[in-house]
Amino acid sequence: MMWAGVLVACAACYALKLAGLSLPARLLEDVRVQRTVPLVPVALLAALVAVNTFSTGTHLVLDVRAAAIGVAAVAVLLRAPFLVVVVSAAAIAALLRLL
Amino acid sequence: MAASIARDATICARMAGSGRGRVISTRRAIIRDALGIAIASGAYAVSFGAISSAAGLSVLQTCALSVLMFTGASQFALVGVVGAGGSVWAGAATAALLGSRNALYGLRLSTILDRSGLKRLLAAHFVIDETTAMAIAREDPVQSRFAFWVTGVALFTLWNLGTLVGALATHFVPDPKVLGLDAAPPAAFLALLAPRLRAREPMAIALAAGVVALVCLPFVPAGVPLLIVAVLVAVFGVMRARR
Repeated sequence: MMWAGVLVACAACYALKLAGLSLPARLLEDVRVQRTVPLVPVALLAALVAVNTFSTGTHLVLDVRAAAIGVAAVAVLLRAPFLVVVVSAAAIAALLRLL
Repeated sequence: MAASIARDATICARMAGSGRGRVISTRRAIIRDALGIAIASGAYAVSFGAISSAAGLSVLQTCALSVLMFTGASQFALVGVVGAGGSVWAGAATAALLGSRNALYGLRLSTILDRSGLKRLLAAHFVIDETTAMAIAREDPVQSRFAFWVTGVALFTLWNLGTLVGALATHFVPDPKVLGLDAAPPAAFLALLAPRLRAREPMAIALAAGVVALVCLPFVPAGVPLLIVAVLVAVFGVMRARR
């Protein structure tokens, strides 16, 4: 099942890339498409932050990940590189669990 | 030897002030920038490999995502949903929705890249944030194409190498939570989100999306809150464009 999902997702992502290069420009130049598509990653990434920080399965949870995302936010504000943001969040979570 | 000849040629051409010298030095600048981007992405791919492995995907599945999907945010989304207990199908749908922006990049690149043949099928695979940014930053179409391909090839190589390293390293960790690896995905999503929040409207949308996802969460299967958010933002975007 995992493989099927992975491969279908890969095919879908490739199809979207190819569509941009191949479809007639007027379809994608439609103002609704141009205005809406850039909003999708903003909303989805924000939802992913919230869900991955404050839940386990279908339960709302408040644990060390909340502190970790706080540290990540500070790192982002300081314009730290991607890896520093991720590693500092993981390190804080690991440290708090040790205490 | 070849390198030193090329260097001498550049210097001579530059001294002569010819156009050819400018072309060579511009190409070098493009290669330098592309390598910088590829190295940074390689490091970021290590964290993808680690997160994917910790989410329960095998090393092979993790590497397949980097080879075949090759678009960072979508890959992180798929493993993020699976790691949070959602089904792989909810993860796949989220990944595809995040990949929709690549279609708009493709549109911008379609005037620069060849529009026919096998080369276009390969070029499509490289249509991502970084290659688009590098290609549209140049005014000359020949340089644009060069920047696209150099960035694509360098990034693809290091992205997959980094993924393999991260996945293998984490594969042997018995409990990823001990390393705080469950806190890595939200941090990764935040780092991907931050550059898109440079105005008030995206900030408001991000905040609303986070709240909506958490409100829905206890009532629907894991992963579905993301799809609800996607539908709502699409409706919002279309309604706003109509005004």
